[in-house]
Amino acid sequence: MALIELNDVRRVYDLGEVKVHALRTVTRKVELGEYVALIGASGSGKSTLMNTLGCLDRPTHGSYLLDGEEVVTMNRDQRAKIRNKQLGFVFQSFNLLNRTSALENVELPLMYGTKIPARERRDRAMEMLGKVGLADRYHHHPSQLSGGQQQRVAIARALVNQPSILMGDEPTGNLDSKTSREVIELFRELNEEQQITVILVTHDQNVARNAKRTIVLRDGEVVEDTEDFLLAKAALEYDPMLA
Amino acid sequence: MSFFDTVRIALRALLKNKMRAVLTIIGVVIGIAAVTTIVSIGQGASQLVSGEFEALGTNVVLVLPGQTRRGGVRQSGAPTLTAADSDAIGRDCPAVLASSPIVGTAGQIIYGNENWNPKEMQGVGADYLVVRNWELEAGGFFSNTDIDSNAKVCVIGQTLIPKLFRTINPLDETVRVNNVPFRVIGILKKKGANMVGDDQDDVVLMPHTTVRKRINGSPLDTVHAIMVSARSTDQMGKATKEIETLMYERHDVGPTDEADFSVQDTTEIAATLGIITGTLTLMLSAIAGISLLVGGVGIMNIMLVSVTERTREIGIRMAIGARGKDILRQFLIESVVLSCIGGAIGIALGTLASMGATMLINAYKPGTDWPMVVSIPAALIAMGFAASVGVFFGYYPARRASKLDPIDALRYE
Ligand SMILES: Nc1ncnc2c1ncn2[C@@H]1O[C@H](COP(=O)(O)OP(=O)(O)OP(=O)(O)O)[C@@H](O)[C@H]1O
Ligand SMILES: [Mg+2]
Repeated sequence: MALIELNDVRRVYDLGEVKVHALRTVTRKVELGEYVALIGASGSGKSTLMNTLGCLDRPTHGSYLLDGEEVVTMNRDQRAKIRNKQLGFVFQSFNLLNRTSALENVELPLMYGTKIPARERRDRAMEMLGKVGLADRYHHHPSQLSGGQQQRVAIARALVNQPSILMGDEPTGNLDSKTSREVIELFRELNEEQQITVILVTHDQNVARNAKRTIVLRDGEVVEDTEDFLLAKAALEYDPMLA
Repeated sequence: MSFFDTVRIALRALLKNKMRAVLTIIGVVIGIAAVTTIVSIGQGASQLVSGEFEALGTNVVLVLPGQTRRGGVRQSGAPTLTAADSDAIGRDCPAVLASSPIVGTAGQIIYGNENWNPKEMQGVGADYLVVRNWELEAGGFFSNTDIDSNAKVCVIGQTLIPKLFRTINPLDETVRVNNVPFRVIGILKKKGANMVGDDQDDVVLMPHTTVRKRINGSPLDTVHAIMVSARSTDQMGKATKEIETLMYERHDVGPTDEADFSVQDTTEIAATLGIITGTLTLMLSAIAGISLLVGGVGIMNIMLVSVTERTREIGIRMAIGARGKDILRQFLIESVVLSCIGGAIGIALGTLASMGATMLINAYKPGTDWPMVVSIPAALIAMGFAASVGVFFGYYPARRASKLDPIDALRYE
């Protein structure tokens, strides 16, 4: 059984006069411990797919099995529980709570899960901040941290509940190339040393090259799924209009 | 999320916008303070009323002259009661402890060079003190013999001593009322002021016969009222019935006739007055309650603004696993915290305000002893009320927050 199984997943935005087919059909599997990059032109449906995988959004059609369980038919609370326990999500804009310390940001998922004593919660959050190299900045507020540091706090928050999958929608999109490389390195470490499944949406070829598998989307459909980055790059640059 | 964490987060969110929180709280403070003040002043009023009736004497029933027909013309308050009625009531009604006729008068009392106009000058019977549950400080009271002989004796209240006698012992001194000399044979114990602030010790009591004949110069053999006390509070109803039956018989009132007297149970009057003060309090509280409602709307308004402003925060919390009810609770507790802080301050302010009002009343109406009532149950009810205002007006915004879609909330700018 694959960790993730998508079967004919579609997402249509009904805007009244027009219907936007953000995802036409996606059927794909991701195994435990994989490191997948999702690439594609702007508007190809990467974020839509990522939000679906992250249980933030529901497809309008199809089936999504996570660890063998159907997510599509779950209610809001059940999906909230999955987001809390099984998934860690990082965003392009970090999405930390402002005017709240790094430590408390990392503690947050532990507050919403099964009850843990405050002390243990703090210890676990501290440990996680240590792993992303920010132990000495635990009391800083997001506004007092650099973009790279903020994203590392966000990664610590995503991982504090020990999820099996770490997801990111352009997690390096707001970072300069140097800090971006540090964050990519962190993803690679997490994947290789802790066997955390990583799925990232990216525009950055460096990030994509770092992944073991690359899925290319075009107009809401998968047009390439390969472990060879050059093939993916070719598919990305292929322009059907010129063909 | 644990309750403690939720409260902590709510407090922190409120502290981020101190000015706004303070302004919102003020709305609730005003409402709760108004309700607390009015309830506590109102309770003071009812205590005052019931206290007064206790002071009047325990278990007192009043028999008042009623309507009579003279040539088809109705006259109310016409002289229909006699001292003999009073004696009969005292003698023949088993539930009655004592009965005294009352003959009112007014005038100046003179001693030497001093003169004084007492508030109350009454002709009463020998059992008057028993009826009023009043005692003597010194001397004695007039007897039935004194009454029968129209004796020129009187018993005075404490207020008259400094006004007329200064340092002299009033007992056995002679005072003049309407040029009639009276010997002071007794001094009453101090009773204090009644509910309208009248000094009850500013009183002169004389035999009713003497007052009628020598001061009022009335040719009629009637008295103004009969004051009766029942043996106990439980017996008041019974006493009232017995008096009515006896009086019907004595005054020859047939079953279809209108009675020429009325019997009034003072506990009934007290109860009626209690209902009046209670209703007034309730009405004023309702008006004050409206300001609380306005405060509640203020909370709702600010919570709606807050939910909109913090849409992104809500999205973040949902993305990391907050359920709808976690969000609902967070916002609900925020509004309850607002209203409870407002409630606590409002109760404190209201208590201070009612203390101030009580002091003012007592200062402007000397002699009145308006009691200051700080009622713990009322404070608890006010607090509960404040909390429910928070829940009621916070629910809609909180519910709206909890129903947000995580993706929409995250995209919100
Ligand atoms: N809430 C929405 N309502 C309507 N249409 C939407 C909505 N969200 C996305 N779309 C449409 O769905 C399509 C896919 O959008 P999506 O955000 O998944 O693209 P993307 O691949 O992430 O693009 P980018 O690289 O620019 O982030 C686009 O055509 C977009 O206009
Ligand atoms: Mg996108």
